[in-house]
Amino acid sequence: MSQINRIDGGQIDRSKLLSFTFNGREMHGHPGDTLASALLANGQILVGRSFKYHRPRGILTAGSEEPNALVQLRSGARQEPNTRATVTELFDGLTATSQNHRGPLEFDLMAVTDFASPFLSAGFYYKTFMWPRAFWEKLYEPAIRSSAGLGRLSMQDDPDHYDKGFLHCDLLVIGAGPSGLAAALTAARSGARVILADEDFTPGGRLNSETLSVDNMAGADWARMAVAELASLPNVRLMTRTTVYGAYDHGTYGALERCTDHLADSGGKPRQVLWRIYSKRAVLAAGATERPIAFGNNDRPGVMMASAVRTYVNRFGVAPGKQVAVFTNNDDGWRTAADLAARGVSVVAIIDSRDKPAVCDVPGARHIRGAAVKDTVGRKALKSVTLTDGQVIPTDCLAVSGGWNPNVHLTCHQRGRPNWRDDLQAFVPGDSLPVGMQVAGAANGAMTLGAALAEGHAQAARQLDALGLTAKGSAPQAEDEPRDCAGFWHVKESAKRAWVDLQNDVTVKDIKQANREGFRSVELLKRYTTMGMATDQGKTSNIAGLAILAEDAGKPIPEVGTTIFRPPYTPIPIGALAGRARGKDFRPYRLTPSHKWASENGATFVEVGNWLRAQWYARPGEQGWRDSVDREALQTRQSVGICDVTTLGKIDIQGRDAAEFLNRVYSNAFLKLPVGKVRYGLMLREDGIAYDDGTTARMSENHYVMTTTTANAVLVFRRLEFARQCLWPGLDVHLISTTDGWAQFAVAGPNARNLLRKVVDEAHDLSNEGFPFMACGEVTVCGGMPARLFRISFSGELAYEVAVPARYGNSMMDVLMEAGREFDAVPYGTEALGVMRIEKGHAAGNELNGQTTALNLGLGGMVSQKKDCIGQTLSKRPEMNRDDAIRLVGFRPVDRSKKLIAGSHFITKGDEAIMDNDQGWMSSVAYSPSLGHSIGLGFIKRGHERMGEIVRAMSPVHDTEMEVEIVSAHFIDPEGDRLRG
Amino acid sequence: MIINHPLLGPRDAAEFVYLGDASLIDRPDWQDPDAAEKFYEYGYLRDNPAGQHQELWYHEQGDRSWLVVTRDTLSHEITKVELARDVAKARGRDK
Repeated sequence: MSQINRIDGGQIDRSKLLSFTFNGREMHGHPGDTLASALLANGQILVGRSFKYHRPRGILTAGSEEPNALVQLRSGARQEPNTRATVTELFDGLTATSQNHRGPLEFDLMAVTDFASPFLSAGFYYKTFMWPRAFWEKLYEPAIRSSAGLGRLSMQDDPDHYDKGFLHCDLLVIGAGPSGLAAALTAARSGARVILADEDFTPGGRLNSETLSVDNMAGADWARMAVAELASLPNVRLMTRTTVYGAYDHGTYGALERCTDHLADSGGKPRQVLWRIYSKRAVLAAGATERPIAFGNNDRPGVMMASAVRTYVNRFGVAPGKQVAVFTNNDDGWRTAADLAARGVSVVAIIDSRDKPAVCDVPGARHIRGAAVKDTVGRKALKSVTLTDGQVIPTDCLAVSGGWNPNVHLTCHQRGRPNWRDDLQAFVPGDSLPVGMQVAGAANGAMTLGAALAEGHAQAARQLDALGLTAKGSAPQAEDEPRDCAGFWHVKESAKRAWVDLQNDVTVKDIKQANREGFRSVELLKRYTTMGMATDQGKTSNIAGLAILAEDAGKPIPEVGTTIFRPPYTPIPIGALAGRARGKDFRPYRLTPSHKWASENGATFVEVGNWLRAQWYARPGEQGWRDSVDREALQTRQSVGICDVTTLGKIDIQGRDAAEFLNRVYSNAFLKLPVGKVRYGLMLREDGIAYDDGTTARMSENHYVMTTTTANAVLVFRRLEFARQCLWPGLDVHLISTTDGWAQFAVAGPNARNLLRKVVDEAHDLSNEGFPFMACGEVTVCGGMPARLFRISFSGELAYEVAVPARYGNSMMDVLMEAGREFDAVPYGTEALGVMRIEKGHAAGNELNGQTTALNLGLGGMVSQKKDCIGQTLSKRPEMNRDDAIRLVGFRPVDRSKKLIAGSHFITKGDEAIMDNDQGWMSSVAYSPSLGHSIGLGFIKRGHERMGEIVRAMSPVHDTEMEVEIVSAHFIDPEGDRLRG
Repeated sequence: MIINHPLLGPRDAAEFVYLGDASLIDRPDWQDPDAAEKFYEYGYLRDNPAGQHQELWYHEQGDRSWLVVTRDTLSHEITKVELARDVAKARGRDK
């Protein structure tokens, strides 16, 4: 197919020919074309099917407001649905396919829905699929899902990169049309740091589409000169292909730059960049959007916006029709007729809804006054229009102008409301603008070129003044073109469906029906009819829709008001929002110091908070994780095991009042902890619930080292800073997190001392007397390397934790394993760690779950009544201290071969298994290789008084029940002889 | 949002962690005869003003200062930013 609709002129590079395909057919265009202009040039009028009724649709606009011409762009993994052909820059090799049809575009099998339209009016879903209820899941939902949606995802990973970036400026100018360019020039010449952003690939806005003059030269030429000047200035960042999509707090704006969308191959560069722009001031020069008029069958391919027709002719050198008719309610529509006639495109008629004389002379065109189009003919391409007086005018392109809506969107992102202006028949920005923003040009209701340029200059000068700069230069000069506009929204004489929202297929009738059914608020109207809820967010439909609602309700338009404008202004791809945070980079993770050693020694890793920790170390021949975990736990208890415990939070606490501070943040007493000793500490929340536990070591008079659980490390530190700065600012105490500074290893088991004796330098006494249980101190290891040694035990065995500077962590693991070779030392992971702590009855995250108190945990004695501490007062509340409070105890199955289930609830034998009889729950279970059966920890009412009782453990989720015996939580070495040995 | 840190200048709100009402500074005395009632109010009751609100923000991705930010909850306008330590001291908190 050749470019049958291409005419002379325009801003395209005819020296280069670009090939592209649409639905597999090869077509051609030129650099400077959009996909839409190239499709029109190639005579492709029908480009897609509508969302609900599968109506044939063509190209309506030439900008980002396009509701109809949505295509699937590219193929394979880069395929992108719902791409607006009107803003897609043509490149060589582009492939596009039309959307939303079964079978070929020309013969869509789903078009039957159009004939069913009398049954598919507003609220159809809500009314129809209510009954029978059982049909929903089996019949309705699958049927709706298969026919709903626009476009198709590739279902493959997006191979492109997306980035995020941050920019700062004195003045952000949004939009590079006439007023934006005037504003940017004034600010740039005055020395301000300026960012000028525009969504188009060629700055200039409407200047590129019009035949108007600025400073006595063609508007497009003036725009090019202005852009060249701006590009030459070091204080200006000119951002084309960049949509400022949202106005956020305190002068922050969101912008999407499409860096390589216009290239066949991004060449390794990011496809798009999501910018966060911090501006001191901003000028919004977003222009205006022309709106349609609703009349019967106004959605046919060939019915277009008048301004778009002008754009295709003037900017792209494409005539969208051979015999164009214009239907307008305002002076601006006449310029389409005049420009077309001047370029030799035949204009057959100008239908003006107003009964007034011709605005200008258009050779060859009939002027039909006070009339309107009420119907059209031509299913896949427009053939003729029928007027209210009955006459039929043959035409293949109807250019419709219903007036212009200022693009007030960003002025409303901080909940500002626009004001109605009768003279424009449009909403303009209201009084409550985002902080630091001024609006200029058509976006502010300055609808003529001269006024737009003057206002761009003036608003920039005003912002410069606020920045303490002096504006230089003067406003560019241009004529003010006629702009009279009538409030004329839809043609009442139309018997056929008149479309308001073309993307969501909402008609005038739907709006009237919604009003009749009581959906009178514009927000309800929107949600009931779905008007304005498509990806175009109703840019061409919302104002007309609410005008029709106002008319039907007999209210003035400002009283009906608009729906709330929210970001983004145009759709933002999920890929851009994600940026680099995809796959394994979605959330950064931290590696333990011995990660390398672990990965070389068969470790399987598990996420613990942000960390990856070794879960177990598989050995050849082991059949599954249980084999490894059982071996690690047994071998640790029989000889010695080593575990990287670096991930526990470490907080260095220093100062004269450090002891007093600890005494207030822990529930148990800390004032009398001797130097060289460690103490277990319990933290409460202020409401008395147990929060976190750990150990704190007193290294010297005013120096303590606290450990927290891995998961709460960040939160505890934050709380301690809060206590230090906000609660007791007079205490002399300082905190620093040293979690990353020290690699720490647990060395546990009967041979732990023998192993460490080979690693810790001889000068240090490790005997049970010289370094007893709960001792701590600074030592040296491996011949002089500073280290810290703590004799603490989570496993219940004779155990130590040794800490070395983190950079030696991986080597330390080697050293410990080498020293342990003669004892057959094993590395153990978090699973064996968990088994041993359950065997020993230690509480962990499952027990400190935000619902349990110190009393529940069997640690009631650890809440000192003699001092204040966080949580002390509220932990005394009666309800939290009931006699029948739950207590942490151990459980074992009566039939030892059975496996306990965590989450089971307890019911006293003989009681009915209902919630009222619930006695508590099983919080942690494990298989104990030392005991040879399943064991559990759990909370049960008065548990400490019920030793030996058999209760029912029920798990309705698993549909199981078994008898379990209440036992001490200390399954192994209840007297603690091992850890003190 | 931009928070004008008293020591570090304007910083993006993303660097901070929000806690809530700055009344959390005013922790009651545990030996007060009405301590239980006062701790209950301290722990559970907050004003929720439409307008000026003093609130605690923590500069976790920065210098770890707790700040008292006076913010209009309707407009997000921030009229004052102080170090929480100074506010706490001014409210009579010490050791």
